[in-house]
Amino acid sequence: MFEAPLLQVKNLSKIYGPTCPKCRTAEKETLIKNYCASCRTVHACRDISFDLFEGEILGIVGESGSGKSTLMQCLYFDQEATTGEMILNHETDMDENLLTVSARKKRFIRNNKFGMVYQNPIYGLKMDYSAISNVAEKMIAAGNRNVREMEEKGNELLQKVNIPSFRVKDAPEQFSGGMQQRVQIAKALSNHPPILFLDEITTGLDLSVQANVLDLMKDIQVEFGVSMIVVSHDLAVIRMLADRTLVMLDGKVIEEGLTDQILEDPQHAYTQQLVYSLI
Amino acid sequence: MTILCVEGFKKHFFIHHLNKRISAVNEVNFTVEKGEFMGIVGKSGSGKSTILKSIYRSYLPDEGAIIYDSDFFGAIDLCKATEREMVYLRKHEIGYVSQFLNVMPRITARQLVENALLEIGVDKKTAKSRAAEALHHFELDRSLWDTYPNTFSGGEKLRLNIAIATVKKPRLLLLDEPTASLDDRSKIKVREMIQKLKQDGTTLIGIFHDLQFMDGLCDKVYTMEIKDKVGVE
Repeated sequence: MFEAPLLQVKNLSKIYGPTCPKCRTAEKETLIKNYCASCRTVHACRDISFDLFEGEILGIVGESGSGKSTLMQCLYFDQEATTGEMILNHETDMDENLLTVSARKKRFIRNNKFGMVYQNPIYGLKMDYSAISNVAEKMIAAGNRNVREMEEKGNELLQKVNIPSFRVKDAPEQFSGGMQQRVQIAKALSNHPPILFLDEITTGLDLSVQANVLDLMKDIQVEFGVSMIVVSHDLAVIRMLADRTLVMLDGKVIEEGLTDQILEDPQHAYTQQLVYSLI
Repeated sequence: MTILCVEGFKKHFFIHHLNKRISAVNEVNFTVEKGEFMGIVGKSGSGKSTILKSIYRSYLPDEGAIIYDSDFFGAIDLCKATEREMVYLRKHEIGYVSQFLNVMPRITARQLVENALLEIGVDKKTAKSRAAEALHHFELDRSLWDTYPNTFSGGEKLRLNIAIATVKKPRLLLLDEPTASLDDRSKIKVREMIQKLKQDGTTLIGIFHDLQFMDGLCDKVYTMEIKDKVGVE
């Protein structure tokens, strides 16, 4: 290995339900997709492992219900992973499984090391607070108490994501979907996190607005050198952004490779079906 | 000095839904010396592109070895290199040019070339001047530099493609039928460009349909033959 990963995820699983001897076995062949019919347990993420490197954009594709969003929520501590490890090699916090650290430490990591953009802005923003307060909220959470500094930074970021300066004091509920998404991006960037999680950020936006958001992400990668995990079911988005891609199905990673290889020479039956469905 | 050595290389595709196995290339062996230009010829369907795409890892090789002598890694088997190693090699050492321009839309020609440099950590000012130099070198009309490439002609797209691939000065450049859709005048330009690259010491592997074009340009030629293609597993 010629470089060390920034984030390592090992054998992460997320299970909803009691599990039974039938679905606890390693093979789990008794499952219907990711569901155990005898104990009604959903195995949302199964044994997921991957590395994320500095400055890289990693794509995750898969159909609805394949566990993409659950994985992102586990990584961002919105949900507790059932088992697994997550190790961040950034500055001080090394070699510690972040999935099992204290809530306080998780909060610190979440506020200082990670940024998240949700598919639905309702989860990421306070809709009735002004755009700039939303951005400041993340800085306050990280311990900043300098109002002037936060205001300057907030204005700068909102300008960066093309929110006109005369609208920064308006609430996101008065914004269009694309603008809300861009406020989320500004918020996610506010503490200069080394890692961004982007969950279906262009879904539901019309094409030209999608294009704006994608251009912005690419700019951010070039300018700030941030690593990103981009979840999308849209292969075009992944093709434009990601160097490497994981393909998920029924909670498992079934294939991983260079993005153009996944698209031009898919190996798994499901990936082939996905790619041949294009156009 | 040998820069690339392909040994016992095989590649097939398996299409699950049809339960069919398509053999793309069978037993390819060749070596390329540093600074050489090797042409690959063969009938349509003989697997010429498959080889180039496997070297670039757009296709996943399945048997054999492709040993590349890297500046950074030393001798490395491209069939077994990790994806991150391939990302590094693509950024720094191996370029790929086809007749198709596959880039982010809404980015100007100049920015595309600059971005290729910014990606590998070149500073903004140097990137700017080297990008301009490359666009000038490959004779892309100056009025087009700050426009979007989707309006470009085939020849213009190709020249931009070559500028993007060569601005980082790759050690190995793969040319996948770059002249396929060009008229004779543009082809002559491509020929001149290849000569320039050769003078710079770039190693090239190219596929060209018309043998006339290859004449006098290649140091050696590898001929592909068609084998039995489709089987059922």
